[in-house]
Amino acid sequence: MAVCIAVIAKENYPLYIRSIPAEQELKFHYTVHTSLDVVDEKVSAMGKALVDQRELYLGLLYPTEDYKVYGYVTNSKVKFVMVVDSSNTALRDNEIRSMFRKLHNSYTDVMCNPFYNPGDRIHSRAFDNMVTSMMVQVC
Amino acid sequence: MEGLTLSDAEQKYYSDLFSYCDIESTKKVASNGRVVELFRAAQLPNEVVLQIMELCGATRLGYFGRSQFYIALKLVAVAQSGLPLRVESINTVKDLPLPRFGASKNEQESRHTTSYSSDTENQGSYSGVIPPPPGRVQVKKGSVSHDAVQPRTSTDQQESTSPVVSPQQSPPTSPHTWRKHNRHPSGGNNERSLAGPGPFWSPFSEAQTGSSAGDAVWSGHSPPPPQENWVSFADTPPTSTLLAMHPASVQDQTTVRTVASATTANEIRRQSSSYDDPWKITDEQRQYYVNQFKTIQPDLNGFIPGSAAKEFFTKSKLPILELSHIWELSDFDKDGALTLDEFCAAFHLVVARKNGYDLPEKLPESLMPKLIDLEDSADVGDQSGEVGYSGSPAEAPPSKSPSMPSLNQTWPELNQSSEQWETFSERSSSSQTLTQFDSNIAPADPDTAIVHPVPIRMTPSKIHMQEMELKRTGSDHTNPTSPLLVKPSDLSEENKINSSVKFVSGNTVADGYSSSDSFTSDPEQIGNAVTRQRSHSGTSPDNTAPPPPPPRPHPSHSRSSSLDMNRTFPVTTGQQQAGVVAHPPAVPPRPQPSQVPGPHVHRPVDAEGLITHTSTSPQQIPEQPNFADFSQFEVFAASNVNEEPDDEAEKHPEVLQGKSTTPLAPPPKPIRRRLKSEDELRPEVDEHSQKTGVLAAVLSSQPSIPRSVGKDKKAIQASIRRNKETNTVLARLNSELQQQLKDVLEERISLEVQLEQLRPFSHL
Repeated sequence: MAVCIAVIAKENYPLYIRSIPAEQELKFHYTVHTSLDVVDEKVSAMGKALVDQRELYLGLLYPTEDYKVYGYVTNSKVKFVMVVDSSNTALRDNEIRSMFRKLHNSYTDVMCNPFYNPGDRIHSRAFDNMVTSMMVQVC
Repeated sequence: MEGLTLSDAEQKYYSDLFSYCDIESTKKVASNGRVVELFRAAQLPNEVVLQIMELCGATRLGYFGRSQFYIALKLVAVAQSGLPLRVESINTVKDLPLPRFGASKNEQESRHTTSYSSDTENQGSYSGVIPPPPGRVQVKKGSVSHDAVQPRTSTDQQESTSPVVSPQQSPPTSPHTWRKHNRHPSGGNNERSLAGPGPFWSPFSEAQTGSSAGDAVWSGHSPPPPQENWVSFADTPPTSTLLAMHPASVQDQTTVRTVASATTANEIRRQSSSYDDPWKITDEQRQYYVNQFKTIQPDLNGFIPGSAAKEFFTKSKLPILELSHIWELSDFDKDGALTLDEFCAAFHLVVARKNGYDLPEKLPESLMPKLIDLEDSADVGDQSGEVGYSGSPAEAPPSKSPSMPSLNQTWPELNQSSEQWETFSERSSSSQTLTQFDSNIAPADPDTAIVHPVPIRMTPSKIHMQEMELKRTGSDHTNPTSPLLVKPSDLSEENKINSSVKFVSGNTVADGYSSSDSFTSDPEQIGNAVTRQRSHSGTSPDNTAPPPPPPRPHPSHSRSSSLDMNRTFPVTTGQQQAGVVAHPPAVPPRPQPSQVPGPHVHRPVDAEGLITHTSTSPQQIPEQPNFADFSQFEVFAASNVNEEPDDEAEKHPEVLQGKSTTPLAPPPKPIRRRLKSEDELRPEVDEHSQKTGVLAAVLSSQPSIPRSVGKDKKAIQASIRRNKETNTVLARLNSELQQQLKDVLEERISLEVQLEQLRPFSHL
């Protein structure tokens, strides 16, 4: 279950970050921040080939005893990081992929909104709802 | 309370009112503001209202239950008709017009003018009326407010003229209402001010006093606002024009000009609002929107790009966040551009927001871009309303005035269709299309349901029937066991399902086919077979691996497609079944798998039931068993193999021949061949047996193609389908078996090497 979902901009600042439960937010913020290094590492490793060939889904970035961190990067270098609870072993890779796909779709919807300036924090309610659904259902 | 019989229209009307008043959804309506409002809007004298309340039992109970509420409404209608209030009059008075609630729900008035035919007329009448205090005044107030009388009368007139104007429950749609909302005059009653959907809430007693005050305040406020709010865009047409567009605004204008116009507007609003969805776009508004659209994009069928829309809506001076949300709501297809419908919806939402309405969480139905271009009026019906109402779309329609029964009727359709339409979040106005779709879907299902009893037997030939008989006799015991498929797990599942499906169909076909003899004898078998098949599809290992060969037990119909099998098998009791199944087409009833290897083994095991012939049980394992049951092969060792072929060969020598030769051969090969090959392989390997088992299952599931030719096209098609399925299964089986073969060969080689090592000098 996703306990934290973050959208990181190309310049590595967060566009959207949300976690539950709320009291562990700081910890998740830190986790996401550290995971960015892993993301960059994977991207650069894979990036030798054409960007097009690079797969968007990065997979498990690194596991800790409590949770696992998954990453996904778009072609515009916007990163999605998801922290899931390790206790939920039922989560398969496919499910994570589908969650990232949904995230990506919602993100593009947000982008399509002319009132959204790229680089702003994401306040879209639709996006919030989608993230909530992912966090809730996973939990 | 005495029983209350309501007509349909009344029922709808009342339930809508009830839901409107039942703000807490507790099914009990306390004497809260809404109820008070409602009754006040009925424009009945206070005493009358009190009497009504007593009669309906509310005073006794302390609250309005649903029945009390309905009774009260009925009494209101009675009172409004001028009849004396009696308890008996509830049911005795026939053809009572629906109770009219005029002033209370102002909000939607102007907005919903379109929905009510009389609205415009009312409005017209109002414009002439000088500022009567908000219609609210109602009878109660009597002369409380200075203009109360006038408005009252005018209101009454309006009331009378307007068709049953349902209490304006929905949030005001007109800007006028909005204005009120913004203005929010002195606390209390600003009934008019819209606090969201409801009309004011002042308690009954206060209402009177409050209203007067409110009216006064109201009057004071009457000016500007709506128009101002209405047109907030700097570059939009001047207020006046805007107002002109908007029906309510028109009213407003006149009223504004005249003091206390607000009241007029209210009244007008009242008239028009009634059940309307607050989000409905009136014609004038729509026209205005369209004109605006044209200024940006002359082609009405074209799109407004996001950037242009952004500029346009930014002029409304709403916060970007809200504009962003409005965009999300209105850009239905998420393409970054606005079509005319989307633009109208967005514009409407902006206007609403400017007038103080909160943005809904999801797009109200009336604003949804029409997927199919229905008339705008269609929108009227579907309103999910604002957030407050979004939860009860069903209520909205009923609340519509009886004059819009059609809209209500569309609801059920919409509901159904919307549920089935996952793509559309809301019930779109294109209910008709949706429903059509639904109906289309339904019939399609049966067709796609492959297994459905394919009545047509694939194998019509008599031979089949005979075989089936034989099979049936033999299949009984084999069926139950049908361990054939123990091994092939992966393929088997699928195949089983296929085969089971086929079996089912086969069975039915068989039934039809072999009406006469074969089936009659073994109804149970058939049943068994069918059931077995079913079980197969899930799990049962019997019937050979993948597609469980048609229930061998019923030679006759076990397999839809594999009638052949039946035919072939009955003779050879089972063994053939595998074989029969195995090869799709052509070979007519595979002669009992005489060649089926692993004769003994198979037979008993011939779970598929293809073989069912107890007589030759071991041998019976028809081809199919081969598929499924290579295990059987092993179990019984090779000894049986030899026997079997002999026995069966007679029956269908050619068939078996074919099979044995190519155990791993392409699936479609006659099962016979397979059987043979199976025999050969049997001794060797488990895996092979598994494969063959699978193969057998697959084959068994094959309908006897040759036979099908004779049947209808449907049968042919079904058989083709089956064959294709079998083909794929068999192909897979083939590959698996080949893999197994390789493995086995490797083992063999390793064993040989070991042998040599162990006997280093033996060969010297």
